[in-house]
Amino acid sequence: MSLTILNALVAVVAAIAFAALNAAYLVWAERRGAGRIQRRPGPNVNGPLGLLQPPADGIKLMTKQLMIPGGADKALFMVAPVLAMAPAITSFVTVPFSDTIVAHSMNIGVLMIFAFASLGGMAILLAGWGSRNKYGVMASVRAVSQNISYEVPMLITVITIVMMSGTMNLKELVGAQAGGIWNWNIVPSLSSPLMPVSFLIFFICSLAETNRAPFDLGEAESELVAGFHTEYGSMGFGLFFMGEYANIVIGASLITILFLGGWDCPLGLFPGVWWFLLKIYLLIFSFIWIRWTFPRTTIYGLLNLSWKILIPISLFNLLLTAGLLKVF
Amino acid sequence: MGAYFSEIFLGLKSLFIGLGITFKEFFKPVVTVAYPYQTIKMSERYRGHIELIEDEEGNPKCVVCGMCERGCPSGCISLASESVEYEVEVKGEMKTKKKKVLTKYDLNFTTCSLCGQCVESCNFGAIKFSKEYNLASSRKEDFHFDLLNRLKERNS
Repeated sequence: MSLTILNALVAVVAAIAFAALNAAYLVWAERRGAGRIQRRPGPNVNGPLGLLQPPADGIKLMTKQLMIPGGADKALFMVAPVLAMAPAITSFVTVPFSDTIVAHSMNIGVLMIFAFASLGGMAILLAGWGSRNKYGVMASVRAVSQNISYEVPMLITVITIVMMSGTMNLKELVGAQAGGIWNWNIVPSLSSPLMPVSFLIFFICSLAETNRAPFDLGEAESELVAGFHTEYGSMGFGLFFMGEYANIVIGASLITILFLGGWDCPLGLFPGVWWFLLKIYLLIFSFIWIRWTFPRTTIYGLLNLSWKILIPISLFNLLLTAGLLKVF
Repeated sequence: MGAYFSEIFLGLKSLFIGLGITFKEFFKPVVTVAYPYQTIKMSERYRGHIELIEDEEGNPKCVVCGMCERGCPSGCISLASESVEYEVEVKGEMKTKKKKVLTKYDLNFTTCSLCGQCVESCNFGAIKFSKEYNLASSRKEDFHFDLLNRLKERNS
């Protein structure tokens, strides 16, 4: 019994450490990447290559006073940042980094991650509502409508994958893709010829689900000050920030597991955790790359993209796959 | 229906073209000048505040004619001079002559608009624009320049 408690503790601490470290250094990577794309150096003063910038930012955020605006709903205001961070960390529990490195392999892993991901929208709603700020409310309304409309094509795509693999266990999903790039789900197969399109849909949806540019309408700073976290300072803002980056890692991990074969090597040799990390960081790089390439869409453009393009195509793909699975 | 798909396809293609452009920029060298540590050479026609030009002996070329003071639309130049006697040899005999020597050349940079009338009106080529731009200060006294003193400091 004590051993299992110890195991759980180690898993939780490792998950929090991984999420926090990633959040801190992805901010650095984001700023460096943005700098390179705009042909400036980015943070380069603190430490070699600016590598001490994240600890400095952390100290700054932690030593600031946590202000609660007058008239705000105190309980909701304080709960929202925690609710943004906690589900993101909890999702790490079931993410398999390799054959052996997984905190808890569940039979409903996919479902669990999506259930926790939808809590993120709740956090944004509470933050905007609880801070009694008109910009916050507008931003949270936008973010919630965005999250709802992008969860639909995302889940339809996941259903397609689950139908093909016949399992919701993330580990078994990766196991079904083992043995080289031609076995991965991204490659069109006989039973689902539209798989690259599904990958693109899932990729776009995870950008939208994590509120990343060009879909960052929840914090459109040119029109909504800072969106749902306008009133947050100090570590309240820090938690939102960390939650956002932890969600990015979760999103990249999901794409890797569902489409890119998880810890499988492209040539079918030496599978291991390094392939998984390489894949998720390449995906995160492309998230950063996309953020600093495209301007923000309008809320109408965003919803039109989901309801008029992504949902019909993913539904068509679902039906096509279902039919072809029956045939072959 | 065809328009629907061609719009999706063209839109997606344009997005990838955009990504290609930023990817190329990613690998180009940075153009930032880390200002306090690095500086770039000021261009030839840069106009800083004016400064005095010296002759071969290190004295100002200025003959205190006062044209710059009179030409200045903001009235920010003030000169002072004194007469000095000096001896020259003319046809084998020594003669004493008088000339004006610059004792003060004050520039009130707080009102100067860098119009260049002073440089324009100087017949003796005694003033020019400097290339200095690191002039930030919170006290206005720092912008009353004693150009004669600056010339001496430059020479020392």
